[in-house]
Amino acid sequence: MFPMQMNSKTKMPGRTPGALLPFLLLTLALNLNSTLAQEDGDHQYTSEAIAEGLRVYTQQCALCHGPQGDTIDGIDLRRGVFRTATSDDDLREIVTGGAAEGRMPAIVLRDEELSGVIAYIRAGFDPSGIAIKIGDPERGKVLFEGKGECASCHRVNGIGPRTAPDLTSIGAQRTPSSLQMNLLDPPTALLPINRPVRIVTRNEETVVGRRLNEDTYSVQIIDSQERLRSLLKTDIVRYEISDAPSKQPTTLTSEEVADVVGYLLTLRGLQ
Amino acid sequence: MKSGIRNKAIYALLASMLCAASASAQVGYERILNAADEPENWLTYNGGYSSQRYSQLDQITPQNVGELELKWMLQNQVFGAWQSNPIIVDGVMYVTERPNSVMAVDAVTGRVFWKYRHVPAENARVCCGANNRGVAVLGDKVYMGTLDARLVALDRINGEPLWNVEVGDVNLAYSVTMAPLVVKDKVIVGVGGGEFGIRGYVAAYDANTGAEVWKTYTIPAPGEPNHDSWDADDWQYGGAPVWITGSFDSELNLTYWGVGNPGPDWNAGQRPGDNLYSDSVIALDADSGELKWYFQFTPNDGYDYDSVQVPILADMVWRGTPSKVMMWANRNGYFYVLDRVTGKFLEGKPYVTVNWSSGLDENGRPIPTPQPEGMPTYPGNQGGTNWYPPSYSPRTGLFYFSAWKDYATIYTAEEAEYEPGRAFLGGGFTVLAPAPGAPTIGIGRTNPINNWTNEVGHASLKAMDPQTGEAVWEYDQFDVSDSGMLTTASDLLFTGGREGYFHAIDARAGGLLWHVNLGGQIVMAPVTYMVDGVQYVAVISGNSLATFALRD
Repeated sequence: MFPMQMNSKTKMPGRTPGALLPFLLLTLALNLNSTLAQEDGDHQYTSEAIAEGLRVYTQQCALCHGPQGDTIDGIDLRRGVFRTATSDDDLREIVTGGAAEGRMPAIVLRDEELSGVIAYIRAGFDPSGIAIKIGDPERGKVLFEGKGECASCHRVNGIGPRTAPDLTSIGAQRTPSSLQMNLLDPPTALLPINRPVRIVTRNEETVVGRRLNEDTYSVQIIDSQERLRSLLKTDIVRYEISDAPSKQPTTLTSEEVADVVGYLLTLRGLQ
Repeated sequence: MKSGIRNKAIYALLASMLCAASASAQVGYERILNAADEPENWLTYNGGYSSQRYSQLDQITPQNVGELELKWMLQNQVFGAWQSNPIIVDGVMYVTERPNSVMAVDAVTGRVFWKYRHVPAENARVCCGANNRGVAVLGDKVYMGTLDARLVALDRINGEPLWNVEVGDVNLAYSVTMAPLVVKDKVIVGVGGGEFGIRGYVAAYDANTGAEVWKTYTIPAPGEPNHDSWDADDWQYGGAPVWITGSFDSELNLTYWGVGNPGPDWNAGQRPGDNLYSDSVIALDADSGELKWYFQFTPNDGYDYDSVQVPILADMVWRGTPSKVMMWANRNGYFYVLDRVTGKFLEGKPYVTVNWSSGLDENGRPIPTPQPEGMPTYPGNQGGTNWYPPSYSPRTGLFYFSAWKDYATIYTAEEAEYEPGRAFLGGGFTVLAPAPGAPTIGIGRTNPINNWTNEVGHASLKAMDPQTGEAVWEYDQFDVSDSGMLTTASDLLFTGGREGYFHAIDARAGGLLWHVNLGGQIVMAPVTYMVDGVQYVAVISGNSLATFALRD
């Protein structure tokens, strides 16, 4: 169903996950047995408001701000990055009064529509976000650094390796449900850009790493030695992108997963 | 005394030079009609009335294209997608800047002679950015449509406004983003607003005075033919905007216009019927605006498949018969060849994955196969292609355009109530992502990092053979492309893409000949022109207009 495909210009029979796994593992590997307890979070917005917000957002906001809320320079609604606003009242004022010298038009909304769209923004565009169980961050940190072995690949606040994505700001970047899915079902949750790649260059060098960026003629990589490499595709003779999971599903208990998610959500950039 | 006589002589000389200059500066209808005969200029949005974006210039060749070097750049002063297409007249380039400024630029140095700024009304509303795609010229005037649905005429030499007339009601979210089309003594524009419940039209204005000459609605009123393709009052706010410049056949005296989506965009069930003439091409008499024929690509569209693509006209032997054809790669994923005398469907085939329809019948009408709720529709909302202009090279006989491959969206439909001037959408869409919450393609590109990858969709430049309706070759890009095309008599094809590369490609075989990283999305087509024997190629990337020529 999803359009999975290799790079069009350098199509190679990829899928060599075995050799690539170690440096990308979010190793929370125990037994896959958890059925997560669902419970309502102590959120100030109701799910009804968020659902209403989704409807309003899709109708009135998405054309300019995009489905993820990040298509306008300097604004990322889903992550709570605004140009000027901080409070909900600021957001209200901008929506109803317009902003940016008319580039953001004033939108006429009913009260419940306005509250809904703010709730939807504050919920990180995640109608189900409040249903994800979020545990104790302190315990989660201990699991992250110890039993879970997350820290053996991921860097947080300047400590740890750089080969896997740095998680210092992950709590601001991902929704609770996304973080939970990354632990429980990594093959589904893994973003394509983070898939392990293995490249053989014309001068017979093998580069293993993770993509940072790619275009028609080049690819930018952080390699397993933490070097930034920019390779021209004309210099590449083999280019393999693994679409197999780069980490195993966790077998932490549901309580432990909730704790790790709770910890990850506190990671919102260097304080 | 002596110096007085010398001064007089100089004034006389100057006066004669000025007269000569203003005489040569005239751009009469005949010149525009025969634009192909003066390839040193680029006189209309698409380089001529047949909109082929094909130039006779051949100084830059496949052999020497590697010697192209940057001659000048012009920086935009306003952020946002720069979709403007420059016009070049006798060494002067006319290019617009967001929201509604016109600049006259020295085409050799990039230095600006004058700049006129129109400030649109504060309540101007457009769906997808404060875009303007350029000007038209005629005589000593230059014409621009505006975001607040006005048509402005400027003095082409000094940039002073001459007249400014209303095209549509800004309070109802009418707008003009297209470059006008000048035909004979008229300036013709269409209106945007298909996301706001407008009733679309094309209108012609006297080029000298701005007086309206004719106005043809894209949705027939009660009593007019095909009005019954709408239910109840739906026709009054059914959209069908016209936001891309049309083409003109002087022998048939027909102008051709691509018509946009019906409204509300995504709830087709709310507006039963074919919703004519949404998602159609219409042929209008150039003098009267009378509708001569139409062909509808997507009846009762629920996917936002605007048919605003540029109608590409060519005279060719089509399958053994000399024919006046129109070629059209539609947003709905099908490539069409039509008879532009009658509007008869000749050929139509999908050029990307299409699952909203299982094929076309013998009249070119699609057989609908709507996908179940929550399932992806191919092509997605931005279409298999969109408004960016294709090119047709009479030398290669091929039609070139940017397609989006492997791109799908999931639609939701809901009841929408029309309120004047407000968004009238009837649902929404999400782009099919390879992982939940993964980044996806937006309407434009604002990030130098492609973290969505080609799995969400990517560009494929397709060289279509109108004889077969199939691609002869393709040139893929990693990201999608909203770039138009330019071909030349030396069989070069110039194009861009969202990645900011400017590519020169072998128009016959499709191989890459040269490319340069300009760093910002290219969301318009390149143009070419010649001044003092030097051929230039100009392209807009990001916030910069870059102009290249061969190394001195």
